[in-house]
Amino acid sequence: MITLEHYLTVAAMMFVIGIFGIFLNRKNVIVILMSIELILLSVNINLVAFSTHLGDLVGQIFTLFVLTVAAAEAAIGLAILVCFFRNRGTIAVEDVNVMKG
Amino acid sequence: MSVTALAFYLFAITGVGGSLMVVLSRNPVHSVLWLILSFFSAAGLFILMGAEFVAMLLAIVYVGAVAVLFLFVVMMLDVDFAELRGGIQRFMPLGLLIGLILLIELGLVYGHWNMADNADALLQSPTPELSEAHNTLALGQLIYTDYIYLFQASGLILLVAMIGAIVLTLRHRVDVKRQNALHQMHRDPATAMELKDVKSGQGL
Repeated sequence: MITLEHYLTVAAMMFVIGIFGIFLNRKNVIVILMSIELILLSVNINLVAFSTHLGDLVGQIFTLFVLTVAAAEAAIGLAILVCFFRNRGTIAVEDVNVMKG
Repeated sequence: MSVTALAFYLFAITGVGGSLMVVLSRNPVHSVLWLILSFFSAAGLFILMGAEFVAMLLAIVYVGAVAVLFLFVVMMLDVDFAELRGGIQRFMPLGLLIGLILLIELGLVYGHWNMADNADALLQSPTPELSEAHNTLALGQLIYTDYIYLFQASGLILLVAMIGAIVLTLRHRVDVKRQNALHQMHRDPATAMELKDVKSGQGL
């Protein structure tokens, strides 16, 4: 019997893998963006799991909005990446200090 | 083991394994392909849960748009990815430590939570019976009524993201000759050409 906890466990594992990926690929910004997508996906799994378990549709509507924001974030992030690559010829994010921040 | 349980474990293992390979894969192109696999498995999990609309949305938006966008960018940028892999051994212990701490925290949360007593009374919009409305119809009836402003706002977010992406990546190259239609239309023979009366046997 598959219960709510099973889905929550899968989502938790994906979330932790996403965080782990951000730490592991500190130089490669493309994989960092993919890790963020994984984290958002795990949040979506959590929302849908609770939504179907409780019988409340709002969780799925919220998933829709999370999906929208994730798509927008990926588009903007990749656009910034392409712009950065044109200026610097590399995508190593470790030495991003143009603004001396 | 029932078919549902079998399907769940299949999708769960491919999802988690795929996301692990996204993080650990050497080649970013392979990372994107593993990402697509874990998106598909998540869509399968959604179908098992009974949320078909969100599952199809995941397949269309995430796999069809976001992952393909990633694939385009990874293949377009001419980057030495082997160099970017450097220092992975240095970050591995810290990443594992933080991952472990997070996993323990999440485990503590999952071990100790319970539903509110009046959870059924707190439902914002209860799912209608399947005989009354299927998942997509029920979602549509909710989105276009109670959540119409949020729905419009998410449309605006996408518009802003689209304009932002275009503005960021558009560049006007000065070394390329372009057609200027307005300039072409405003040319007239009086300024564009000149008639010379060339005497025979003589040059200009």
